Amino acid sequence: MKTQQFTVVDPQGIHARPASQLVAAATPFASTIELHTAGKVANLKSILNVMALALKQGSSFTLQVDGADEAQAFEAVTKLIVEAGLAK
Amino acid sequence: MIQLTGIAASDGIAIAKAYRLVQPDLTVSQKVISDVEAEQKRVDDALAQSIEELTGIQQLTREKLGEEEAAIFGAHLLVANDPELVGAMKQKIAEAMVNAEYALTEVVKSFVALFESMDNEYMRERAADIKDVSNRILAHLLGVHIPNPSNIQEQVIVVADDLTPSETAQLNRDFVLGFTTNIGGRTSHSAIMARSLEIPAVVGTGTATTTIQDGDIVIVDGLTGNVLVNPDEEVVAAYRQKATEFAAQQEEWAKLLNEKTLSSDGTQVELVANIGSPNDLDGVLRHGGEGVGLYRTEFLYMGRDNLPTEDEQFIAYKTVLEGMDGKPVVIRTLDIGGDKHLPYLPLPEEMNPFLGHRAIRLCLDRQDIFRTQLRALLRASNYGNLKIMFPMIATLQEFRSAKAILLEEKANLLAAGEAVSETIEIGIMVEIPSTAVMADTFAKEVDFFSIGTNDLIQYTMAADRMNEKVSYLYQPYNPAILRLVKMVIDASHKEGKWTGMCGEMAGDEHAVPLLLGLGLDEFSMSATSILKTRSLIKRLSKVDMQALATEALQLATADEVLEKVKQIVK
Repeated sequence: MKTQQFTVVDPQGIHARPASQLVAAATPFASTIELHTAGKVANLKSILNVMALALKQGSSFTLQVDGADEAQAFEAVTKLIVEAGLAK
Repeated sequence: MIQLTGIAASDGIAIAKAYRLVQPDLTVSQKVISDVEAEQKRVDDALAQSIEELTGIQQLTREKLGEEEAAIFGAHLLVANDPELVGAMKQKIAEAMVNAEYALTEVVKSFVALFESMDNEYMRERAADIKDVSNRILAHLLGVHIPNPSNIQEQVIVVADDLTPSETAQLNRDFVLGFTTNIGGRTSHSAIMARSLEIPAVVGTGTATTTIQDGDIVIVDGLTGNVLVNPDEEVVAAYRQKATEFAAQQEEWAKLLNEKTLSSDGTQVELVANIGSPNDLDGVLRHGGEGVGLYRTEFLYMGRDNLPTEDEQFIAYKTVLEGMDGKPVVIRTLDIGGDKHLPYLPLPEEMNPFLGHRAIRLCLDRQDIFRTQLRALLRASNYGNLKIMFPMIATLQEFRSAKAILLEEKANLLAAGEAVSETIEIGIMVEIPSTAVMADTFAKEVDFFSIGTNDLIQYTMAADRMNEKVSYLYQPYNPAILRLVKMVIDASHKEGKWTGMCGEMAGDEHAVPLLLGLGLDEFSMSATSILKTRSLIKRLSKVDMQALATEALQLATADEVLEKVKQIVK
């Protein structure tokens, strides 16, 4: 299992467009990919889950990837988060 | 044969089969099931069908309208593909032994409640997307058909209660020959869209969706406002003849394409077009527009989830200015609020939105938004003949404040080494009676006026133009309106300035003679009305129309004025 903590830096938070990008990035992988924040858990392959977290600028979350292809999945998702300027 | 009467919203005659754009009944009842697996399989099937359908719509929309418009269906696909959604539905079926339809509505209800409770308007609106997708899945479960205008593959007349701007935009001109709706008026969104799509339309029939069935033969006469359902062959033949004559007349008008607009006694006026985006330029040029009299910039801000950047706006304005190749282009600054909302700019609910915090009032308050737009306009100014217009000006102080901000941004740009035109005219919309009454004072400070009649009539008559019950008060020919128009035109001429008009009235065949007589300089209308109006003005004598207008100003009622115009202008 791989985990990393992030803080949202995008002033608009994780709104619809980045949420869609995250789901699209996570979906091809077999691993379980989750975001944990303030006692809530979202399946990163579920747009409804991710948007329901309503992550705002400044809120922190933990990315947790677990499964056979966790290394690749972790890399793909963290790369997107950082490159799109969503969180750091 | 049944005949319906509505409001002629867009010229032309169309004859085709009816296509009802009416939402089906999606009522769900709870049932107890015994075969969990079979019920879960129904979920998989309905999802697969919905995904296939959405993929098709997304593809078509992308091809016809572009990536941006297709994005919404991408979002719908993500919801339809959501593993948590299907998981929750299957779990509900297994645990509660209920039918798939009921499981779907229960699951969706909880997601929708979650999104609707969020403190962010943008997220609350996503609840509507979820409902939309859920309705599509539900329709497949129930075996009913959700109409999808972008999927129409044969020539039809669309029949609907009302058409939203996005629905109208999806109509394919090759297949949708015309439309008719239950509600709406000449200035409703559907009517304006019909004219920009150049398809005949009759709106406000009251009963189109209850009278007309799928496949009925329908004639839409956008010239008279009549809709004929299942006419006999003779009637069809007569209308085909009428359509041919209309086409011949349009050819006749086309000859005026590159001519100036002159009255029979040689007075020249300018016929220009109202546009909503750079995409409309093609239509303006094809219909002989002598410029753009109103570029409604709010469409740049709509249908997206954040404010357009200065560069995005700059490119749009530059495209329009260059496209018009030195012809005048009046660009109106942001007119949002009222009935027009932006999902990413939450505004408090208002009791009287049309009398509320909108247009220039909002822009003077949210200067961050206003200044970005002004900078984009100023930077684009060197690419053509730009005129900047502020909407909803009620007091001279508002105009002065707006102009001061504009000049401040101009100075900043010049200091930063940007090129800005020195000949930008700065004018205002006259749509609030206080401004019309004070036009003589305004005329000393503005470069031009443009009368926005849709709002001027609404505010003068105190009649909400969205309210069908008071639509009889929408009276462009009312002498009260004509007198206000005259005050504005006279005031501008006294100061050597000009007055235009950019409401629907400027292209109305019975108003044009009066406006010519009152001395209006610039008429801004839907591009499709330009040639017809040029042909009309060619037949009118300015001197005679002055006499007509003088007489009209002294009449008592709108009906008397209209009667008089019809007597004089045949």
